[in-house]
Amino acid sequence: MIGLPHYILLGSVLFSIGLFGVLSRRNAVAVLMSVELMLNAVNINFVAANKFIASDAAVGQLLAIFVIVVAACEIAVGLALIIAVYRQRRSVDLSDFNLLKW
Amino acid sequence: MLDFSAFSLFDAAFIVIAGVTVIAALGVVIFRNIIHSAFCLILSFLGIAAIYFQLHSGFLGVVQILVYAGAVAVLIIFAIMLLMNQDANRTNQTTPNSKQLFAAGGITAMILAALTAAIGFTSWPAGQLQSIDNSLNLLAELMLTDYVIAFETAAILLLVAVIGAILIARGVDDK
Repeated sequence: MIGLPHYILLGSVLFSIGLFGVLSRRNAVAVLMSVELMLNAVNINFVAANKFIASDAAVGQLLAIFVIVVAACEIAVGLALIIAVYRQRRSVDLSDFNLLKW
Repeated sequence: MLDFSAFSLFDAAFIVIAGVTVIAALGVVIFRNIIHSAFCLILSFLGIAAIYFQLHSGFLGVVQILVYAGAVAVLIIFAIMLLMNQDANRTNQTTPNSKQLFAAGGITAMILAALTAAIGFTSWPAGQLQSIDNSLNLLAELMLTDYVIAFETAAILLLVAVIGAILIARGVDDK
């Protein structure tokens, strides 16, 4: 009964929740957390499509591993940037992040 | 679609895991205390790892637990402990501008509706889930033959990102 569309639907729901978090949060760390949720939602789609459509090739899982690598880099650099801005502004509120604005 | 005659233990497991994952993901977005959001995020990562195990791709499930529920979660919680200097219950506020909040909800609802409609109207190939897990051999073969350049580039990217993160977080010396 449960097939590929259900997994894709789960991925879409998680992606939408992450998108709402990115658009509505003010805390920069919370925005990064929501971005991680969106990347994970995409990974579910990759793995489900790989397993249901072409399970004799593992390319979908390979792409998911590359997404995990890039997400790990993104969270490390993102948190470092947030810490660097926090030294200047004593705040992690995104409306205070206007150092590059003139 | 609601034909319960073909309802198996596999389907029940999917529904339970998916429900826990989605509720935990909602918790990330709803809680006002960012520590609670972070723990919901870990629960959501573990739920996604369970989805991978259920899809018979055990290697990816282990990677998910190690990288996300382990490393990324520790990184986020350390950052939260370093950065929070105010009342914990006010650390994860929504935007104060209600028009902006309404726009965020509207955009999200529209995208979710479009995706759901697209999933409903697509004719999916009737593939069956293979119960054998031979993905580890396939992945190793792909990584060291066809995708070896992407694999090495990913390794260099990780190294550069970690060095860059250390340099950015340490800040510039005044001397």
